[in-house]
Amino acid sequence: MIWAAIIVMSLVTYLTRLGPFILFGKGRATPNWVIYIGKVLPPAVMGMLIVYSVKHVHISIVGEFLPVLFGIGVTVVLHLWKRNNLISIIGGTLVYMLLIR
Amino acid sequence: MNKKILKIAIPYTIPVLLGYLSVGIAYGLLVVKSGLSIWVGLGMSVFLYAGAMQFVAISILTGPISLVQVAAMTLFVNIRHLFYGLSFIELFKAFGWRKQYLIFGMTDETYSLLCGIAEKENIETERLFFTIAALNQFYWITGSLLGALVGNLITFDTTGIDFAMTALFVVIFVEQWLSAKSHLPALIGVASALVALKWFGPSQMVLPAMIFMLVVLLSAKKKINVGGDV
Repeated sequence: MIWAAIIVMSLVTYLTRLGPFILFGKGRATPNWVIYIGKVLPPAVMGMLIVYSVKHVHISIVGEFLPVLFGIGVTVVLHLWKRNNLISIIGGTLVYMLLIR
Repeated sequence: MNKKILKIAIPYTIPVLLGYLSVGIAYGLLVVKSGLSIWVGLGMSVFLYAGAMQFVAISILTGPISLVQVAAMTLFVNIRHLFYGLSFIELFKAFGWRKQYLIFGMTDETYSLLCGIAEKENIETERLFFTIAALNQFYWITGSLLGALVGNLITFDTTGIDFAMTALFVVIFVEQWLSAKSHLPALIGVASALVALKWFGPSQMVLPAMIFMLVVLLSAKKKINVGGDV
C-alpha cells in the first residue's frame, strides 16, 4: 500500500509538471495569452516563492520577523553590489543564521 | 555529461546544493524517525522528487492511506507546477529526449535556476539545463540518504541553513527585476502571495496566490510590456 501511494503521488506530481506541454506543446501554435503568461510568470512566481519560503514567520514576533527582513535585505544589497549569486546567498544566509541565535 | 558543461553548471547549482543537502538531510532523518524504511524515503526522492510534497508524504504514509485522497492531496500541494512549464513550452520544442527528464525534474528550485539563465547562456542550452536538473536531483537524493543514514550524528547547529533557499529566490528575483521591462509582474507576485497568506494562512496559501496572480496578470495584459511580439 505504501508503494502504491508513492506511485500515485509520483504520477500526479509528474502530470502537474507535464500538463502545460500536453495542452500546448504539440505542433499547434501556442496561444498568445499562454506565451504572455509564460513571460510574466517567472518574476511573479519568484516573488510568491520568497513569501512562500518564509510563510511560517510571524510578522508580530520581532525575533522571527527581523532576521528574515535583514537576511533578505543583506542578500539584495550584496547582490546589487557584487552581482555574484554565491556571495549574495551565503552572505544573506549567514546573517539570518546569526540573527536567529 | 561532459566536463565543460559540468564546469558551467556546477556554480549555478551551489545555492541549491546548500538548500537541498540541508533540507534533504532533515527529510531523511524524519523518514527514519517516522518508522518508514530507508528505501521508501529514497524511493520518493528518486521517483516523486518534490520537496514539500515528500514531507507531506511522510505523514500520509504513516497513517491510514486512501489512494484517492492521496492523489487529491498531491494535486493540491503541487498544483503550482502546472504553471511552471508555461515558461518553457517554446524553448523545449527544440529539445530532444532530455526534455522528458527536465519536465519530470522541474522543482521550484530547478525552475528558478533555469528561469535565471534562459536568456544568458546559449551554448548547448539543452545539455546545460539537463545537467543542472540532474545535479539538483543528485544533491536531493544525497541529502535524503545522508539524513536517513547518519542524520543522528550531526551535532553542530544547522538551524536556519534552509534560508539559502529563500536567498536563492531573492537573488533570482533581483536579477529578473533588473532585466525586466515592467516591474508589475514581480510586484503582483509578491502582493498575491501576501494577500493569500493573510486570508488563507500558511498551509493553504499557494493555490489562492496562484489564482490571484493569474487573474491580475491576465487582466493587466495591456498594461504590461513584456517586450517581443506578444
